[in-house]
Amino acid sequence: MTLLADPPATPSAPGSVPGPAHDPGRSPGPRPGTRLVDHFEHGLDAPICLTWELTYACNLSCVHCLSSSGRRDPRELTTDECKAVVDELEQMQVFYVNIGGGEPTVRPDFWEIVDYATSHHVGVKFSTNGVKITPERARELAANDYLDVQISLDGATAEVNDHVRGPGSYDTALRAMQNLHDAGMRNFKLSVVCTRYNIGQLDEFKALADRYGAQLRLTRLRPSGRGADSWDDLHPRPEQQRELYDWLVAHGDDVLTGDSFFHLSAFGQALPGLNLCGAGRVVCLIDPVGDVYACPFAIHDEFLAGTVRAPGGFQEVWRHSALFTRLRTPQSGGACASCRFFDTCKGGCMAAKFFTGLPLDGPDPECVQGYGEQALAAVSAATSTPRPSQDHSHRTERKRRPVPVTIGRGPSAPPVSACAESPLAGFEPGGALR
Amino acid sequence: MVATTPATAFDLDRAWRLHPQVSVRPEPFGALLYHFGTRKLSFLKDRTLLSVVESLGAAPTARDALQSNGVDGTDTERFRRALATLQASHMLVERTA
Repeated sequence: MTLLADPPATPSAPGSVPGPAHDPGRSPGPRPGTRLVDHFEHGLDAPICLTWELTYACNLSCVHCLSSSGRRDPRELTTDECKAVVDELEQMQVFYVNIGGGEPTVRPDFWEIVDYATSHHVGVKFSTNGVKITPERARELAANDYLDVQISLDGATAEVNDHVRGPGSYDTALRAMQNLHDAGMRNFKLSVVCTRYNIGQLDEFKALADRYGAQLRLTRLRPSGRGADSWDDLHPRPEQQRELYDWLVAHGDDVLTGDSFFHLSAFGQALPGLNLCGAGRVVCLIDPVGDVYACPFAIHDEFLAGTVRAPGGFQEVWRHSALFTRLRTPQSGGACASCRFFDTCKGGCMAAKFFTGLPLDGPDPECVQGYGEQALAAVSAATSTPRPSQDHSHRTERKRRPVPVTIGRGPSAPPVSACAESPLAGFEPGGALR
Repeated sequence: MVATTPATAFDLDRAWRLHPQVSVRPEPFGALLYHFGTRKLSFLKDRTLLSVVESLGAAPTARDALQSNGVDGTDTERFRRALATLQASHMLVERTA
């Protein structure tokens, strides 16, 4: 899938955006009082933004795909159902949606849905591996102010990228960026999931983004979807967490993070952003079949709030589902409550904990104070970790193998003519009968 | 962050309005502002500030908008700084006509 989602707390949003009332410390707004983050913990009447995965179909098979995408699901929302969702979002004043998948652009009605959204005051940022971003399409995108594009790339070199995203995917992404650049599109996003293989390439990613007039966006790898299987191989090593943190602090608002690294704030200085798990409070996910989950990294029955297909639609789920209501109540810090960094790290990512088998009120598996490793050691001996509730992976292996056929006429008889009428045409008695 | 822009330039005695590409969503704590051109989100953490922002477009000057919302005296400077931050992030633009 494309990692579009800026889940926890909205995409480039609050984090990278200053805003009159954003930082109580600076308090440019009148009457500084309750922190915004406290309001957000209790949820809003509508999400600030949400992630909407339009299809499970994808031309790639990235080893860390959050949604285990590959094959289309026959139950996916129809064009009309998608437009009805847009109508709801417009009515709720959701400013924009992060569309992803799967590879959303392979849906035949993708551009129709996007046009419908942007003409109904719902901005769209969509994530793509670039496969459909032709020069013509790039020009159309550049002409629409309500559209933003996010190209997924997980290595600054083909070698590193293609190891995760598959052969040819690096070239596809760079071609798409070239087309967008040539079309005059500025500040589209180059979106990178940080792994132990690309943490050393952060400067190269920045240079790559600059070269194409794009903005770099770094997000955290999650053990969700197929990421559960590749997590042990891909997730950054402890010393790389520090390297990443220092790099993020040095680059500040120049680099977007979707607020996904708030667990790193336990190194000391809080990173720009809300530093809050926004799941079910300010963000959520609508999946291709219309199911609503607390966040894009939590596609599991445990985090399923409802479906847009039920009476009341998305709005009913957002405002009244039992799950979201529960997520908006004050959360216990559990084992983390006594940690002096709890106020900035908040115990880290709910999905990362869940899919590594950790309790939700304990430390993040990548807790930079080292509590996660201790907790993991305690669970690993116990039961197995939760598995994703669905899997749309391609049934074939990505790796190319020789095709097991021989070319040329076989040793026996010539092919049977299509016009041969004998019921025994082509039948050759086996040796046992002779 | 935008707040590093000097917040001293905002002229209360000129006419202002919301940028045409900005959407406003009222919230219990104030409002969310989203600029579709810059794709930036901002927060207004105060209902009075929201009223001021909404009345800018019809007021002869920003000072008039403040006064019509009961903002005066020592509060004026704090509101001016908030408006300056909005101007710096292109949420507000000067009205020329």
